[in-house]
Amino acid sequence: MITSGKGGVGKSTTSVNIGTALSLSNKKVCLIDTDIGLRNLDVLLGLENRIIYDIIDVVEKKCRIRQALIKDKRCEELYLLPAAQIKDKTALNANQLRWLVAELKEEFDFVIIDCPAGIETGFQHAIAGADRAIIVTTPECTAVRDADRVIGLLEKESIAQPKLVVNRLRTQMVRDGGMMDIDEVVAMLAIDLLGVVPDDEQVIRGGNLGEPVAHSNSLAGKAYRNIAKRIQGEMVPLMILQKKSNMFFRMKKWLGFA
Amino acid sequence: MGKVLKPGVTIKGTKEGLLFFLDDSRPFTAIMNELKYKLEHNNAAHIWDGPEMKVQIKLGKRQITKQEELELRNLFAIRKNLQIQGFESEAGSYLLEPEHGIQMLVGTVRSGQVLQHVGDLLFAGDVNPGGIIQSTGSIFVLGALRGLAHAGVKGDHTAIIAASILRPTQLRIAEIISRPPDHWEEKEVEMQFAYVHGEQISVEKMHLLSQIRPEKEWKEPYHRGI
Repeated sequence: MITSGKGGVGKSTTSVNIGTALSLSNKKVCLIDTDIGLRNLDVLLGLENRIIYDIIDVVEKKCRIRQALIKDKRCEELYLLPAAQIKDKTALNANQLRWLVAELKEEFDFVIIDCPAGIETGFQHAIAGADRAIIVTTPECTAVRDADRVIGLLEKESIAQPKLVVNRLRTQMVRDGGMMDIDEVVAMLAIDLLGVVPDDEQVIRGGNLGEPVAHSNSLAGKAYRNIAKRIQGEMVPLMILQKKSNMFFRMKKWLGFA
Repeated sequence: MGKVLKPGVTIKGTKEGLLFFLDDSRPFTAIMNELKYKLEHNNAAHIWDGPEMKVQIKLGKRQITKQEELELRNLFAIRKNLQIQGFESEAGSYLLEPEHGIQMLVGTVRSGQVLQHVGDLLFAGDVNPGGIIQSTGSIFVLGALRGLAHAGVKGDHTAIIAASILRPTQLRIAEIISRPPDHWEEKEVEMQFAYVHGEQISVEKMHLLSQIRPEKEWKEPYHRGI
């Protein structure tokens, strides 16, 4: 499951991109959007117009799981189980989700649950289905504080060692001292770091076009692919984002955000 | 005839010093009143104002609370020459809630979590903002204290809070609440502790603790020349 506590730190973006990156390395991946009422994953993947059935139809047995799964446009082995937009969080309960995930696990290598923001019902239900958790945070006090709270809740639910993704890091701001650096965040949360994603315009652009950045060659795309490799147990060094040489600035110029 | 009424407080002199026997069949307040009377009135003046003398307090089968111990110690402070050496109870530990020494716990207290403890606590790990660590005794954090710490929750003013990195959002000792300055001086990397100073909580560097709590100070055993 992918969660954060705080909203707007990039859970859905991270879910989509990790899912995409995993399927790019030839894994069978299923994304589940549990943010019922605030459906997003389909938009980020550009699959909005293909939705026929949703997760609620599945748990209410109005259709088979297979029927509700939407195959991604680009990746062969990436499927999305969209959330329902016209219901609310109470429409799905923990047992239903547990059953659903168990069924999907049979068929897929990875089942990624995109959690709603907050620590209420939606989050509690998502926990029920998950056996691993990825916490997404940005290097901001509020986001880190909420991530800390969520880690505490996950520990109570005895979900094995959550992993951390730090999203939207601005190297320039860190250098100016205006933003927490990675070490600070990791020291505070005291969990393993899975990856760092730089703040990158491409992410937003890709999201709007329905093309996950993990396909592209941008820094963020690379970061997501590295995260996917680490999830599969590969040892990949962290990208050097804080290079002091001019090389980095030149690179930024090429990418058009310096 | 009824029983002969024993005095509540019996004092005996020995080679080592004075033994105070406090009758365990009477209420503690009655004993305290009698003791107060005896210490304040100079009916045996030569003991009270004489040379320094060690005092051992025998509680019978009674056990006392930390608060009662403090009251007793305060009472004996009237006579400067009387030094309380220790308390004894036939029931084992003289304290009602025996101190098990300091207890160690490890982990992280995260936002929204509350760690409650009885007695002194050594916590190896961080207390994050939004997290609460509380104890009836003192709290020592081997790590960063960034959340709320409350020592002496049952009213023990002598409790302290110490941390490798003391950056709490709030400190409480007994019923006293203090909010640290909004901006810490970044330079301060030394281990610090907080204690009750008058009506408020003060923070000092660790090495000053021996001046503030001299009774706890470790001293190298003193050997006379052979």
